[in-house]
Amino acid sequence: MLELRNITKRFGAVLANDKVSIVVEPGTIHAIVGENGAGKSTAMRIAYGFYKADEGDILVEGQVHNIKAPHDAIALGIGMVHQHFMLVDTMTVAENIVLGAEPGSAIALDLAKASVEIRRLSEEFKLAVNPSAVIEHLSVGQQQRVELMKALYRHARLLILDEPTAVLAPQEVEEFFSILRRMREQGKTVVIITHKLTEVLAISDEVTVMRDGRVVGRLQTRETNAAELARLMVGREVLLRVEKTPAKIGSSKLRVRNLSVTSRAGAKPVQDVTFDVRNGEILGIAGVEGNGQTELMEALAGLLSPSQLSGEIRIEDRDITREGARLRRELGIAHIPEDRHRRGLLLEFDLAENSILGVHYRPPIVAYASTFFDHEAIHKRASEIIEGFDVRPANPDLPARALSGGNQQKLIIGREFKVDPKLLLVSQPTRGVDIGAIEFIHRKLVDLRDSGCAVLLVSAELEEVTSLSDRLLIIHQGRIVGEVDPKVATIEEIGLLMTRGH
Amino acid sequence: MAEIFTISLIWSTIRLTTPLILAALGGMFSERSGVINIALEGMMLAGAFTAAAVTYAVGSPFVGLLAGMGAGMVIAAIHAVACIRYRADQVVTGTAINILMIGVPGFLSGAFFLSSGSTPQIPREQLIPWTPILIAFVSVPITWYVLYKTPFGLRLRSVGENPEAADAAGLPVTRMRYAGVLLSGILAGIGGAYLSIGQSSLFTRNMTSGRGFIALAALIFGKWRPVQTMLACLLFGLTEAVTIQMQGVVKLPSGEDIPVQFIHMVPYLLTIIVLAGFIGSSRPPKALGIPYQKER
Amino acid sequence: MNLLRELLFPLIAVVVAFLIGGILILLIGDNPLQAYGLLFGSAFSWPVGVGYTLFYATPLIFTGLAVLVAFRCGLLNIGAEGQLYMAAFATAWVGITFANVSSWLLIPLCFIAAILGGGFWGAIPGVLKARFGSHEVINTIMLNFIAVALLSYFTQYHYKTPGDPIMQTVPIGEAAHIARLGKFIPGLPEFIPLNLAFVLALICCGLVYLFLWRTKWGYELRATGTNPTAAEYGGISVRKQIIVAMTISGALAGMVGVNEVLGYRYRYYDGFSDNYGFTGIAVALLGRNHPVGVIISALLFAILQRGGIPVDAFTEHVTKDIVQVLQGTIILFVAAEAFFRGPFAKFGLLKRSTV
Repeated sequence: MLELRNITKRFGAVLANDKVSIVVEPGTIHAIVGENGAGKSTAMRIAYGFYKADEGDILVEGQVHNIKAPHDAIALGIGMVHQHFMLVDTMTVAENIVLGAEPGSAIALDLAKASVEIRRLSEEFKLAVNPSAVIEHLSVGQQQRVELMKALYRHARLLILDEPTAVLAPQEVEEFFSILRRMREQGKTVVIITHKLTEVLAISDEVTVMRDGRVVGRLQTRETNAAELARLMVGREVLLRVEKTPAKIGSSKLRVRNLSVTSRAGAKPVQDVTFDVRNGEILGIAGVEGNGQTELMEALAGLLSPSQLSGEIRIEDRDITREGARLRRELGIAHIPEDRHRRGLLLEFDLAENSILGVHYRPPIVAYASTFFDHEAIHKRASEIIEGFDVRPANPDLPARALSGGNQQKLIIGREFKVDPKLLLVSQPTRGVDIGAIEFIHRKLVDLRDSGCAVLLVSAELEEVTSLSDRLLIIHQGRIVGEVDPKVATIEEIGLLMTRGH
Repeated sequence: MAEIFTISLIWSTIRLTTPLILAALGGMFSERSGVINIALEGMMLAGAFTAAAVTYAVGSPFVGLLAGMGAGMVIAAIHAVACIRYRADQVVTGTAINILMIGVPGFLSGAFFLSSGSTPQIPREQLIPWTPILIAFVSVPITWYVLYKTPFGLRLRSVGENPEAADAAGLPVTRMRYAGVLLSGILAGIGGAYLSIGQSSLFTRNMTSGRGFIALAALIFGKWRPVQTMLACLLFGLTEAVTIQMQGVVKLPSGEDIPVQFIHMVPYLLTIIVLAGFIGSSRPPKALGIPYQKER
Repeated sequence: MNLLRELLFPLIAVVVAFLIGGILILLIGDNPLQAYGLLFGSAFSWPVGVGYTLFYATPLIFTGLAVLVAFRCGLLNIGAEGQLYMAAFATAWVGITFANVSSWLLIPLCFIAAILGGGFWGAIPGVLKARFGSHEVINTIMLNFIAVALLSYFTQYHYKTPGDPIMQTVPIGEAAHIARLGKFIPGLPEFIPLNLAFVLALICCGLVYLFLWRTKWGYELRATGTNPTAAEYGGISVRKQIIVAMTISGALAGMVGVNEVLGYRYRYYDGFSDNYGFTGIAVALLGRNHPVGVIISALLFAILQRGGIPVDAFTEHVTKDIVQVLQGTIILFVAAEAFFRGPFAKFGLLKRSTV
């Protein structure tokens, strides 16, 4: 049905796809697996005309086609559901579905006719979408069905789904898979991009494994197993282990009591969460992404408005629920945010200026009349961070934008460590960071814990949280659903809690 | 007070509202496609000058009107290319065009008519006092129909709300935006032409005197919707008409003139208030002002 | 390399704008070399040309700085026009009301009036943005019109000399006059209105530089401008920064009132501003939002303004409107900088990765 032949794609210096060849047989469900950044999405976005390949051919039903833009792909019967939905929030389901393939004439849009067709397709594939609903009032699962409908409405014979289950609750995943199976029965071909092996085994007929921009394996699903896929994906047999001595746990540093967060849209991403983080321990929080981890960490760091919070956050005995980020920092809370570009860095500023964010108003940074900067102090601080955390290139006058992701992350970690934190909030510390830096960062986190600091760690990498944490909480739909001892708990046990809730 | 609310007031309101409706509907096409248009003022000036100059030269106001539309479109094309192709800041580009359009008519009139910024008088029988009014009020339902009942309108709105989604649906985002901005130039051009060859009989320096901005205010006040925007234009037109009628006619009890300046402020104050969300919320198109750029 | 790039594009924009202007002049049958010769010749003639050029540059430096400060906080202040009107009127009001107070007190009072008048008018859109999230561009445009209407009312009904056909207030007290530079510079006649406000403008450039790049407040303001979410993370109140930036911006625009009222006309003259506020956008943009750049580009625009007068008078067809044509074209090209980048644009685009 679809074949990519020797596709190469560069983004600047980054080689995202290196001679990628993928063959998708008609009438099958084909999984493409790989870790974050392995190049799965890039390859499929090229097939859909969203990106242009630097080299290589795309074949659809055996013919080479020049797919320059999505409408070329659509014309060839290819549909794609992106990880971030491509829907216009303020418009209705029907308007979204017909967009670009409108029924009726050029001067009269026939939405009534479209609604009939939508209802018919909805029956056929059991999608249950109401054509006249407005997108912003729909749940994520419903929005996803609208996306599927968009492709079906355009008579797509091949559907590409980019991480479709990342946003779904476990019950919804099962339902979603049955929709996919129904599509296969109707003769459609499905490509599903994912990094969850259980899903690959549950739904696919064939699987292509990618790593570092290359295809490293193509297998029949029934002839393989999770261990083999994992090995191909990661490229090594042994799982990551962090050397550490038993924790010397002290008294409670952070006390969270019945904390709930209300989002601006009115949702409750965090519900009634209670836990302590003690001096000298790393408390991990494991969970499927989007289960409230982001909001929880922002609430603790003081980045949400007090009106969004209920419950209590205490540092030792002091109630800080209503305090802002600045005071919390002054109480010794440091924060390594999950999204370094959004929160962590001033990309246009140089490394020196980035190295003082959060302490920029205090001595020794501010020296004269508690107003003016002491440039020497700033440069000294920057150099110490650069040296201590091996930030490269080691030039404090370079803008942060010029650094690679791993070095940007080291800069942030260095900055937050530099304040001698009493409590460190750390989210996704190694996302998009190369392997060498990962080990370095893990080492630093353990060292910090050994020095008596309380550490709260959130990571989507299960391996990372289990190997670093001394205690592990599992979060599901904004609630803490269990605590396990990471030394003895199995991945299956944790995975079960993460997905089912009990 | 009764003497001011007469037929002449209604007539005057309609005349003053006409250029506002044309420019505001123009702004709507541009902003609904995601391109901020504070260059309406400049586009109107281009239309006003060109219409007057061409009518004077050719003798036909309809040719003049067409030329005015063309001139508005040319200016819009500059705005569009800068904002869409070269991803310039839309507000800055609009400001540049407004400054440019203070200069260009003066420059050209100096060259062609040896005047300082105005065209010669056009004979009465070569004016078109009715056509633009008709076009303006007919454009309202047409715009509504186009925006909400045609594929073009659906696509235009989608491009202004979520260009990525439109792109993923196979739509040519940049082409839609060009269409939106060019349409705004045509409409603003008619609005400008009405000022010079409809309402008066020549072009004078900076004759729009801020109407492009009032039109923009009406667009926001009307929440980027055609009928509401027309009503906002009528309201703003009415305040201006009342101002003119009151001058020298109505006195305060103390015998002084009523200060018209306070009535002048009404449209602007209302816009600020509605934008702050005191009178319902005015939600702009989501992608307004953001150049669309995709990685390739 | 970096500095070169910073200077290169504005320079190209200016040159291309002059080329286009030249072609236009040629098309209407005049000699562009003659026109430009007149333009620069007059602007650089000593002492009158230079004096007037610097005088014209003064308000543009202030408004350029005003736009710059807002811009560094990620805001576009296109309301400098309204802010400078409010400030000028406030200055005149103090100068009129306290006309009998001694200079030592009156001049500082007038300064404070200028700062407060402009600052207040700038703070309004700041507060509206911080509190309601409404866009500063629209609000500043609206406030420009409101300021003009409001001041025209006060001028007409309360502060005009009865019977005066000109829309202007009564004069301010002589104690409030600030010295013209002719008083200090030999050879510079005192009829040229270049005054101490020009020196003040240069001082303000220095102060803005110090503030933005050498103090914690400037850091917070710039951090907010470059990445508000990261600023928040660093313990900076974004809402406060928006209000602060707009207030400072308004106050800087307000210093135009000092030049106009205390140094030039000695009264409030309705509609005195020759688009200073809007030209300020061009000045800041062309000056790369740096105080030194602002001085340079303000001088350039002042040269155009001054030089436009003889061009109007001594060429056959070219009017002083050529100034606006050049200004508009320059801003357009500076804004659409990518136009000159050509292949570079593509390169820069590719450098951002998504994976």
